[in-house]
Amino acid sequence: MTTTQTQNDIVEDFKVLEEDFEMTLNYLMEIGEKMDDYDEELKSDDNLVKGCQSKVWLSHELKGGKIFFSGDSNTSITKGLLSLLIKIFSGQTPEDILNTKLYFINKTGLCRFIGTQRSNGLEAMENKFKIIALSNK
Amino acid sequence: MNKYPLKKIRDDFPILSSKINNHNLVYFDNAATTQKPKSVIDSISNYYKNYNANIHRGIHTLAEKATEEFEQTRSLIKNFIGASSTKEIIFTRGTTEGLNLISSSLAKFHLKEGDEIIISEMEHHSNIVPWQMIANSNKLTLKVIEVSKEGEINIDHFKSLITDKTKLVSLVYISNTLGTINPVQNIIKICSQHNIISVIDGAQSSAHKKINVKSLNCDFYVFSAHKMYGPTGVGVVFGKEKILEKMPPYMGGGEMIKDVSFSKTSYNDLPYKFEAGTPNIGDVIGFKEAIKYIEDIGIENIESHEISLKKYAEKALNNIDGIKIVGTAKNKIGIFSFITKNVHYYDLGLLLDAKGIALRTGHHCTQPLMDKFDLDGTARLSLAIYNTTDEIDYFVDSLIKLMKR
Repeated sequence: MTTTQTQNDIVEDFKVLEEDFEMTLNYLMEIGEKMDDYDEELKSDDNLVKGCQSKVWLSHELKGGKIFFSGDSNTSITKGLLSLLIKIFSGQTPEDILNTKLYFINKTGLCRFIGTQRSNGLEAMENKFKIIALSNK
Repeated sequence: MNKYPLKKIRDDFPILSSKINNHNLVYFDNAATTQKPKSVIDSISNYYKNYNANIHRGIHTLAEKATEEFEQTRSLIKNFIGASSTKEIIFTRGTTEGLNLISSSLAKFHLKEGDEIIISEMEHHSNIVPWQMIANSNKLTLKVIEVSKEGEINIDHFKSLITDKTKLVSLVYISNTLGTINPVQNIIKICSQHNIISVIDGAQSSAHKKINVKSLNCDFYVFSAHKMYGPTGVGVVFGKEKILEKMPPYMGGGEMIKDVSFSKTSYNDLPYKFEAGTPNIGDVIGFKEAIKYIEDIGIENIESHEISLKKYAEKALNNIDGIKIVGTAKNKIGIFSFITKNVHYYDLGLLLDAKGIALRTGHHCTQPLMDKFDLDGTARLSLAIYNTTDEIDYFVDSLIKLMKR
């Protein structure tokens, strides 16, 4: 699946929420809860993406030229956001990751999680994925 | 006392009737900034519509009118805080600029290598960093008063920090994170006995308590308009005239000068010596209406409304299982920092926002205090004149539901 296909699927999944803020938050927390368990030992400073109010850990493995990500967050909503990014980027080549534009954000009512508010760090998360891609190019 | 005009007050604040995420707005982020009554909003608009002009230097009618309105705010503030003269009232952009003004200016003539400054563990970053900056540049020592686990200043520890090198104490009156009302009167008394300059950060106190700088006898008292129903971008430094007279200007430019030549500049009189450049005229004029608004209701009436709200909220919060209030000082205002057992404060803030409830989450610009309590942040509820017990009920109800998820 390409990053575009995954993003289109996400946009489709979010449609039922009709950009209702409360439903969106609850949905994010649900998909966050479904993430695979993350090894506590991986919660190191090297793997840390520091937002202002939440912590995210992201690690990766390289298999056959593709990068596979795993991660965790100390907040449920951020964990949901992280799970979306992992779904999009995991199993892609470094080039594909670097060339991906995250347009799903604007089409799912998640815009308030990026940009001027520093509190959540969606942008910092995206950067971390791309830095990992760049260093494995 | 007459019945507190809660309904009228709520009607005076246009924003309170707005919907947030399809719910009625419940605004509990008052320690960050309060909402503005219509009279404040209208007066700012009226200035720009009808008499916008630069002040003090113009001789035309508009400049006269703008200057008069601007200076009326200064007089009103002088009376509001019980200062002796309008020379003691300096306009700034806010509390942060006020503290920077005092620290930078004192660093130029009063605070010398080896001198000591005392602050407390519960200070806002604005009352830490400016002192750290001059401590670094002037080789001063910064000492910190301990705070108890309840969130109270340890007076004995404060006394033990004083030496013959102590030149200044800068302390918050009411903690923005804990709500603690500090015994500033006592601290200021000790300062004056030791000839130590006292600076009080009044950002959180000015809208909630009667302030009289004369009876407090502090050397400086600093506050912001936007936390007292006025506009953002306006603050005040009160300073005792005899100290201000000796202090060098903070910034150079227009307004603060008497005569300028390339060889020498002489400075203007107080308070203008500290007001370089065109000030925030429209917002200073708006601030006047905010002060009038507080005075019309009466600060004592506000205080008693807020005390009963505080007690109501305290009782309700204490009844929730799995919640911990950070800051349980005996003497505090309606500011409640809390954490819950199972929901991170960041999730809590967003989920409550989805219910129309605005509160603050994070470290509240008091990271050293958070470290002290071994936390990286809290959710914070802060009350003001327009809040109601119904809003507290709705908040508590929403919170309990979220925690049961």
